[in-house]
Amino acid sequence: MKYLGLGPQKPKVGVFDFTCCEGCELQLANKETTLVDFLSLMEIVNFREISSDKGDDYEIALIEGSISRADEIERLKKIRERAKVLVAIGTCACFGGINSLKNRYPIDEVNREVYGEMPKETLEVKPVKEYVQVDLAIPGCPINKAEVERIIVDVVTKAEIKFPKYPVCVECKQHINTCLFDLGQFCLGPVTQAGCDAVCTSGKMGCLGCRGPFEAPNFEAFFDIAKEKGFSKDYIKERLSFFNAFSEVKDV
Amino acid sequence: MSKCDLNIDVHHLTRVEGHGDIHVKVKNGKLVEAKWQVVETPRYFEAMVKGLSIDLAPILTARICGICSIGHALASFRAIERAMGVEVPKLAQKLRLLAKHGETLQSHILHVFFLAAPDFMNVGSVLPIVKSHPEVAALAVKLKGLANDMCDLIAGRTTHPVSIAIGGFSSVPKRESLESLRDRIKETLPEIVTTAEFFKTIPMPDFVRETEFVSLRGVNHYPWIGGDLISTDGVVKPENDYLAMTNEYVVDFTTTKFTKLSRESFAAGALARFNNNHHYLYPEAREMAEDLGLRAVNHNPFMNNVAQIVESYHVMLESIDMINELLDDDFSDVRAAFEIKAGKGVGAVEVPRGILYHSYELDDTGVVQKANCIIPTTQNNANIHHDLPELVKLEVSKGRSEEDITKLCEMLVRSYDPCISCSVH
Repeated sequence: MKYLGLGPQKPKVGVFDFTCCEGCELQLANKETTLVDFLSLMEIVNFREISSDKGDDYEIALIEGSISRADEIERLKKIRERAKVLVAIGTCACFGGINSLKNRYPIDEVNREVYGEMPKETLEVKPVKEYVQVDLAIPGCPINKAEVERIIVDVVTKAEIKFPKYPVCVECKQHINTCLFDLGQFCLGPVTQAGCDAVCTSGKMGCLGCRGPFEAPNFEAFFDIAKEKGFSKDYIKERLSFFNAFSEVKDV
Repeated sequence: MSKCDLNIDVHHLTRVEGHGDIHVKVKNGKLVEAKWQVVETPRYFEAMVKGLSIDLAPILTARICGICSIGHALASFRAIERAMGVEVPKLAQKLRLLAKHGETLQSHILHVFFLAAPDFMNVGSVLPIVKSHPEVAALAVKLKGLANDMCDLIAGRTTHPVSIAIGGFSSVPKRESLESLRDRIKETLPEIVTTAEFFKTIPMPDFVRETEFVSLRGVNHYPWIGGDLISTDGVVKPENDYLAMTNEYVVDFTTTKFTKLSRESFAAGALARFNNNHHYLYPEAREMAEDLGLRAVNHNPFMNNVAQIVESYHVMLESIDMINELLDDDFSDVRAAFEIKAGKGVGAVEVPRGILYHSYELDDTGVVQKANCIIPTTQNNANIHHDLPELVKLEVSKGRSEEDITKLCEMLVRSYDPCISCSVH
């Protein structure tokens, strides 16, 4: 990418993971057709999953995962001190993600269930923003590589970063999909932030809202319609809390 | 024996999925300690899935792993379907296996080129290889691109699949897409052959420790989804007896659990599958193994890298045949109807890093009451832990430097292709 014969200044980037499946990082190494161009936009100085380089001189820190242990809080704070820009990537980092399902039970009970009489150290699961300032949040479980590419280009070229202002429904309609409610399924598409290209609903899996609410969701109308279609309050609540991305909704 | 002192302390080993440390202490040429310590933060999946509706269980447990989420989903669906007595239509079974083949290829290529190859080429990551050996990088990009597109097409998405559902599939690919996928796999076969030729020029470290290898047992085919469990020490058990095959236990110095069978530890993965089922590989893949010096039963853990290349070839060849069979079908039966009922079910699936078990207990409203997931890397962690001291002793006796031994220890762990966050889950 060159303008008037000059390439962009390459920011130094570090990629760090916390409580997660590392699936979001893996997306960064995917999309093979544009991978080399994408990587040429930055200088990766720290990315443990794919590289032995352990540089501390990063300007942009990409953070994957939620936070669930004391040492993670310390490590996150150190990264925040060093980075100029801290980006939360993926639903776990942005909202806590599926790991938050652990918070439904007391820590002791959770520990006994998995480790019996030898409990391991763990805390209530929280998103990154609970501990440090997050400059940019890119949600998704996993993140959509095309969207990440677009945003990173915007960051590197210092362009304005834009997210869609509409819900997943818009992207779903662009695929000419039959509405899943018409197929008897439940879907959070009407209230969820677009940008995923409606990948789940295109595979006929109802949206579970991993990207969180879009700018102007009409929850009241949505819940009314869902209930009219026969979905109970508990059913809606279970789906709304799956990724912990709608925690501001107190009741359905 | 040289009288060397070693203090190896690898904090957060790189080029593996998840967080693990290697500690080695040698005093006066005598091994004091060699330990594989997994420090990953536990996520408590078995507790998280408790109380969830069954349709959400595979969506949740797929997220145990960012690399082999299709395998986790398949083990989860299989356990639920067996708990409720759901018969998955033949066509859907074939499509599931095809999605899994895509994942096996994707994961093996990721490991062999991105994670393991930099060691053999003396660089820190794949990034310098892109510059120094563009032809090698091109192989990786082409093969991994094919594998990802294959997963996207069949499962709707490579990481965290969307179109697999209880009873079969919620959405299936178009025939034309399958045809072009088949043609693309055929066109890409030379790339995997070149990959094998390239790795033939790289000798694997010479280290052997007699090991028990556990995998599914093949019947007429190289095994991937369901069936009996087998070990090279002669143990055979039905799928439902997975607990007796794994004997999982909690250890105090690491957040992963350990497993054992006939010995203090055992290995799972591509090498284990090969050692137990090599006779079911496609003849071309068998020949490739022979050519790369891989013969059953092979007890060198570094040869897992080679077994992954051989399996990559096998799954590509089998995928071509499977797509041809699929194209003869009319696609009318892709999902079985089912009724929610109480029950217990086990699903064993060979995922890239070895045999994976999911087990669920459901109540009659379709809510998960109890869950257990036993991950391949959990099974391999004890074996890695017991390999390390043997490797260190051998290398110390050869008078190798601390730097060399550190690198070899790292390479040993990497050769298992550990998925550490999965192993802790």
